[in-house]
Amino acid sequence: MSDQKPPSAPPPFGEVSRRSFLRNSAILASGAAALAASLAPLRELSNYTSVELFLQKHYKELTPAEMQKVLDRIAREVEQQYHIRPRVRDYKPMDGVEFVYCLNLTRCIGCRKCVHACVAENNQSRNPEIQYIRVLKMPHGSLDMERADHNYAPASVPEKGFFYMPVQCQQCKNPPCVKVCPVKATWQEPDGITVIDYDWCIGCRYCEAACPYFARRFNWTKPSIPKERLNPEMSYLGNRPRRQGVMEKCHFCIQRTRQGKYPACLEVCPAGARKFGNALDPESEVAYILKNKRVFIQLKEELGTSPRFFYYFDV
Amino acid sequence: MSLRTKIRNYFVFLWRCARIAFAGDSRYYAWMGFLSIIILLGINAYAKQFVHGLIVTGMSDQVSWGVYIANFTFMVGIAAAAAMLVIPVYIYNNKELHDLVIFGELLAVAAILMCLAFVAVDLGRPDRFWHLIPGIGKFNFPGSMLSWDVIVLNGYLLLNVHICGYLLYCRYLGKTPAKWFYIPFVFLAIAWAVSIHTVTAFLYVGLGGRPFWNSSIVGPRFLASAFTAGPALIILALQVIRRVTDYHIHDRALLTLRSIVQVSMLINVFLLVNEIFKEFYTRTSHVASSRYLYFGLHGHHALVPWIWVAIIFNLVSMTLLVLPLSKSLRYLNVACVLAITGIWIEKGMGLVVPGFIPTPLGEMVEYSPSLNETLVCLGIWAFGILCYTIFLRMSIPILQGRLSRANEGLPDVHLVNAR
Ligand code: SF4
Ligand code: SF4
Repeated sequence: MSDQKPPSAPPPFGEVSRRSFLRNSAILASGAAALAASLAPLRELSNYTSVELFLQKHYKELTPAEMQKVLDRIAREVEQQYHIRPRVRDYKPMDGVEFVYCLNLTRCIGCRKCVHACVAENNQSRNPEIQYIRVLKMPHGSLDMERADHNYAPASVPEKGFFYMPVQCQQCKNPPCVKVCPVKATWQEPDGITVIDYDWCIGCRYCEAACPYFARRFNWTKPSIPKERLNPEMSYLGNRPRRQGVMEKCHFCIQRTRQGKYPACLEVCPAGARKFGNALDPESEVAYILKNKRVFIQLKEELGTSPRFFYYFDV
Repeated sequence: MSLRTKIRNYFVFLWRCARIAFAGDSRYYAWMGFLSIIILLGINAYAKQFVHGLIVTGMSDQVSWGVYIANFTFMVGIAAAAAMLVIPVYIYNNKELHDLVIFGELLAVAAILMCLAFVAVDLGRPDRFWHLIPGIGKFNFPGSMLSWDVIVLNGYLLLNVHICGYLLYCRYLGKTPAKWFYIPFVFLAIAWAVSIHTVTAFLYVGLGGRPFWNSSIVGPRFLASAFTAGPALIILALQVIRRVTDYHIHDRALLTLRSIVQVSMLINVFLLVNEIFKEFYTRTSHVASSRYLYFGLHGHHALVPWIWVAIIFNLVSMTLLVLPLSKSLRYLNVACVLAITGIWIEKGMGLVVPGFIPTPLGEMVEYSPSLNETLVCLGIWAFGILCYTIFLRMSIPILQGRLSRANEGLPDVHLVNAR
């Protein structure tokens, strides 16, 4: 294949012949046109980001004044989109508080009321539907989750021979999701709640792969919430509407619990299976349960994640 | 030589390299045109994904990584394999491979560019990529293995760009490269090559909640399969180079590479056997993902045909490689193609996807890539091949002495026929 010809009377360096100039311009022009055509879908892009959002600093680096601006921006955006003026706050953790959740497996009847109360409280996307709580239907006598039914839909619950185990973020003391996040978009707060800065997350989903409890949910597309369903009581680290491409999960209703209220899932539970409170307060119900119930379990204890979510039985 | 002339020379060099990338015979134009069309299709598919979100892929909360990360993992291995050309040359002074090292390193550069592209298209918020830049963003180092990966991949890219760029520029100037200015980097790059793949393996190994990945054999298997697939790809690439250009590559060089592929493949299969034994003999409940992968689980078996094809390819390839038969290039090529395909399936679909199935809560949700996702992948592959073609287009005339400082006054048009 050595058909190399000797250079015949070359034009001086740098000079381009007219023919090759025309040819090159034709190539460039059609290339640019093809590129523009291939980028056409970008025309549909709306409200993807804003200069303010793009330049916004990490949650922990915002001064109080900057935080106020951010909260105003969020309120403005929500109002634009939903025509409702929300109250957006940034609630801080309280001193001497460590939240834990206790769930009574003997009582849970598997009605999934908690699942839907959570969606309503926390402004999750309805289409596609995002749910933080997954209720597993398990055959009696086994904690092997491989035998769980995730999509049970009988006419009425509970069914004989089964028990029900709701699973949501376990607020691990040693959370693998936090460890793996490459940009520190998710971290553990002093009151034990692992939170996500939705404005900092890059959407790599490493945390979703790392979580042993299938607790994290990703916004695979732009979330959509009907206007009349929007909960206008919002918090930055909690239930404000999310954007496409970021991670979210249960945060123990941070906008409620940091004001001393119970989580939405607890309030709605008809069986009284859910108990929530401050483990550091010896008078609290959860402290009593952890001290006195003979059997309680942390899911996948062997992984060393040390959940702040305890399952117990009435025995 | 004054600094000004030096700088001028360098820019003339870059300019001539850039020009030559756009010059070639009709076959070259056809090839580049073909690649560009696929790249444009990929860009179009990515634009859709950018607008509508990752919902246009086949991924879900249950299987949250798919072919993007699978291809990423495979390409890290290809990039790491450049070391397998460098080691014989610089440590064992192998003469056959000496000039070919550049081709291996250029392949590594193209592979790393592909890796970066595969990670970029996997991000949910690509506009926030700057959060990943150390110093400007908020880098979770050393906690997150992904931040390690960002560092080692970019470091490896720089190392290889430096080594190739420096050697080629020296060749262009017609001077002998200063050893101190590249040999230390060559040795650093060897260690670094191992590190990129180890760190990528640790990305998976570090996840305690995923028993399928949380196993210390994943790292060694990554390296063994990379050192099989990488040199196998180089064997094929070198033959293409010598067919479409007049650059001379001796069969002996290919056979040296054959022995590398041979040994790596044996180790690869040996490690596979270890893994399968451990999983299936003990039969703990942690074997669910492997059962799903190899035999199907609870009526789901999307990956079963794939993994068996991969295993058969690997075994046939191994058999061919150990037989003297593969000293004939025809059989060697078959063995290489089988090895590359087998390892691609095994590393991609076979490693990433079953790690998610069943979910940690025992749910069975399967995954298969969507058309849009596939187009994005093809676009990135075409982009990588285009980069490699351009690198070769620039470097071969330099290595042959046709593009050099000495003939600066001449037009580069006479190089058209070199390809
Ligand atoms: S349950 Fe999952 S998401 Fe929640 S803290 Fe633990 S690892 Fe993180
Ligand atoms: S998806 Fe977001 S929160 Fe999760 S690891 Fe990636 S950047 Fe961090």
